[in-house]
Amino acid sequence: MQQLVAYTVIGLTTGAIYALASSGLVVTYVTSGVFNIAHGAIGMIAAFSYWQVRFEWGWSAPIALIAILGVLCPTLGLVIDRVALRGLAQATEVTRLTATVALMAAFIGIATWIWPPENRQPFRGFFDGNNVSVLGVNVGWNKIIALIAAVVVAGGLRILLYKTRLGIQMRAVVDDRSLAELNGARPARIASASWALGASLAGLAGILLAAEVQLNVVPLTLLVINAYAAAIFGRLKSLPLTFLGAMALGLTEAYLLWGQGQSWFPETIGGFSTSGLRQATPTIFLFLLLMLLPQAKLRAGAARVRERSAIPQWNTAILGAAVLVIGSIAVTGMMTRSNTIYLIQALIMALAVVSLVPLTGYAGLVSLAPLTFAGIGAVLMSKMPGDGNVVSLIAVVVVVALIGAVVALPALRLEGIYLALATGAFALLVSILVFNQGKIFSNGVAEVPPLRIPGVDLSQPRPKAIFLSVAFAVVGLLLVALRRSSLGRQFVAMKDSPLAGATLGMNLVRTKALAFAMSAAIASLAGALDAGKVAPDNYTFDRSLPILLLAIVSGVGSIGGAFFGGMLLGSNTVLASIVPSVSKITQVMPGLIGLSMGRNPNGTASQIATGFRPVTSHPQSLLTALSGIGALWLLTSVDIISHWGFFAALVIWGLGIVPNLPALAVTSGRSRVFCLLIAAVGMGIAAFFDDIFDAVPTGGRLLAIIVLFVVVGNAIRRVHTPVAPTSKSSPDLMGLTGFTPEELSQSDRAIKVVP
Amino acid sequence: MTALLEVRSVAVRFGGVMALSGVDLDVQKDSITGLIGPNGAGKTTLFNVICGIRQPTTGVVLLDNEEINGVPTQKRSAMGIGRTFQRLELFTTLSVFDNVLVAAELARVSNPHAVAREQIELLGLTDRADTIAGELPTGSARLLEVARALAGRPRLLLLDEPASGLDDVETQQLGVLLQQLKSLGIAVMLVEHDMSLIMKVCDQIHVLDLGNVIASGTPEQIQHNPSVIDAYLGAVR
Repeated sequence: MQQLVAYTVIGLTTGAIYALASSGLVVTYVTSGVFNIAHGAIGMIAAFSYWQVRFEWGWSAPIALIAILGVLCPTLGLVIDRVALRGLAQATEVTRLTATVALMAAFIGIATWIWPPENRQPFRGFFDGNNVSVLGVNVGWNKIIALIAAVVVAGGLRILLYKTRLGIQMRAVVDDRSLAELNGARPARIASASWALGASLAGLAGILLAAEVQLNVVPLTLLVINAYAAAIFGRLKSLPLTFLGAMALGLTEAYLLWGQGQSWFPETIGGFSTSGLRQATPTIFLFLLLMLLPQAKLRAGAARVRERSAIPQWNTAILGAAVLVIGSIAVTGMMTRSNTIYLIQALIMALAVVSLVPLTGYAGLVSLAPLTFAGIGAVLMSKMPGDGNVVSLIAVVVVVALIGAVVALPALRLEGIYLALATGAFALLVSILVFNQGKIFSNGVAEVPPLRIPGVDLSQPRPKAIFLSVAFAVVGLLLVALRRSSLGRQFVAMKDSPLAGATLGMNLVRTKALAFAMSAAIASLAGALDAGKVAPDNYTFDRSLPILLLAIVSGVGSIGGAFFGGMLLGSNTVLASIVPSVSKITQVMPGLIGLSMGRNPNGTASQIATGFRPVTSHPQSLLTALSGIGALWLLTSVDIISHWGFFAALVIWGLGIVPNLPALAVTSGRSRVFCLLIAAVGMGIAAFFDDIFDAVPTGGRLLAIIVLFVVVGNAIRRVHTPVAPTSKSSPDLMGLTGFTPEELSQSDRAIKVVP
Repeated sequence: MTALLEVRSVAVRFGGVMALSGVDLDVQKDSITGLIGPNGAGKTTLFNVICGIRQPTTGVVLLDNEEINGVPTQKRSAMGIGRTFQRLELFTTLSVFDNVLVAAELARVSNPHAVAREQIELLGLTDRADTIAGELPTGSARLLEVARALAGRPRLLLLDEPASGLDDVETQQLGVLLQQLKSLGIAVMLVEHDMSLIMKVCDQIHVLDLGNVIASGTPEQIQHNPSVIDAYLGAVR
């Protein structure tokens, strides 16, 4: 009996904390339409900040609480709403969702940066050490306060929503945004208010939770997955149901904890340990609830897609593949062994990123689990008989594709955030329940055998790197073929209008399942080809997030974009391992890049491609560009410039100077001389890079190259681009976008609008 | 003559609102059937019921004398039902040609490229075949919706306000096209606010008001029906 009371109290407390967090989530979702994946991360930041001021700086608890919940959290909520999300109001749901994923990644990065996990004072709950006796059971004050807080917040929200002007406006905005606006409500302000409130609730939950589970960045962030489960129980609308769901979840978890201590509780089921079961409860809950949601209805007038999806051309694709393979043969010949290993990591990342091209880029579906499929691929490859046989690899790819389709099938009835959450829940479940099994990763390590290809030793870094670039090239070409095929068109059509697709005879579930299967198959390569010792930590949920972010940011519709994204992630590891101070920036980087997405939904790769377009259509420039590369190659092969010099000069030449060549060809006089001077100086610095940056480690050198290329490229562009006369040319530019400024001013003169 | 499509006492309830309350109507083969009525009369809802996007609360829809109530949307296109949307539902990031090509491929026609080219030609969109659909002006976009629906080789074509956004010449051409489709044996159901187009091309007109069919008949009969004039046409005269 005492035990029952004890575990019930534990359950209710946990439930109360979940309720606090999930009510905040629901409040922001209903008023602003954004499902905040970063909700848990806000709670985590609040918990860490509270710990900082309370235990490190010794503030008293009430002042610390006011500072965190009354100032920091609302500010954070406001800033997120104003800065990160306001610009995305018209964007697709995928884009908005990714923006909050970016926030989550950024917060995780910031917290690990500010609060590194070493020697930390313990986080103590409120009135630590003092207990109250409830029905003969000692209960800590922190738990009592959590319960009281939940009751107060429940009552407070009720009063706020039904008795105050702000709350009534909030409900009005939920019912009909434009009507509320016509009646004098200001939806933008109301959304800001709800973000501030939601962030404070997340903060309160984070602080209470931290006292129970201690401070740890990722677990604390993910524990709020529990809040997602409760919020889904309330269908993201109903606060009472949300509270009920939270309590049910808390109690289930507590009773399971109780059960695990009993002798009748099976330690293993079918040889698999049940130790992760309690930890996985909320995720299982979430997964089941998502499965029970009704089939998504076909809806007219979904958000208009701003992105363009250009069809990849065969000649560019083949050229790209050839450049990649030849480039990797050339570059790896000059690289040190350790740098080659970094290149291998980058290529593996590129494979993981490119797995999102058919799924997210073409079909418009979000997966938070690309690395989970890579992990399954690695595990299967390590267990396959045949020791790296090509046939086993094919078997692995096929099996993972099937797993991808099967796992996705129940989730495919869902759309948007629900589908994304389901993939996230799947990733967590596999991490907690499968990868943690001793049977799967013995002693936390699995040995993936290198692929056996006659005459090639893939256990050596150089052949491995070359092989991986060949693999990437092949995958890339296959994806080009897919996008140009009937199925590829159907993927894009489904992204643009599922409703029209269905009325034309498209089986949406089948099409989505195919997209998932293909994505899983490609991702499995990122695991199965990564020979060596791998740990489950490589494939966790939080590691999948940067993959998704970089995929979207660098242009998920294009294979070049995916490659670019993978390389960025890879350079991340290079920087992180060599320059620790830089690594902290790079932890935050993916998140910050993700937030820049609102302005350029097509991604970075398409921007770069646009920059090169004039060059490819200008034979003289193209010839100059290629002979420049040839000359550099020659200079390196006769040892006039070093390998680093070659690499740096190649970057400056290719990215900084070549895009400007066609414009340079038509400039004359002093500006031309000036441009050539800048180019010459830039190339000079690059060519003798090794001598100039003698003492600088790899990370610093990479940074220097990036700075140099940006400076040179921009300087040349500034000088040769004539100041656009747009402000004077025409008083009315409406619709006249197809004309050059010269043509416009000519016609303006002709019709005498300007003298 | 037996009807291609029969709608039998179809009712649709949205919460407390009856969007359709007991609609009965037939669509004959080789005919153009007009569906008119004020905004909110239930025209689009009826289209949604016919192509399976919404299930009727009560009543049945029969195609070739067979009940199709439970048939999912994507299977109805294979049965010969095609449609356009009042709020455009183009594949906005695909080119005009690919929009139609996807439809032809989904319909499993033997030479999808040729079929797509043919439909684009028919709707006068050949010059814009490579344009991204999202960048089309509204008029062309409406015509593209028609081309795409036709590429699915429908026997019954539901057109939801195809003429809104078209200029007079284009509307006239659309009228000619509808006659052409009829002569090819395609039954057309037309929701439209352009009364001159409706009166010119339709063989049979049904007038919907507040979810009820308040009148059915030839254009001649409808124009002189007092209750129609009250509910709808009055404003036009």
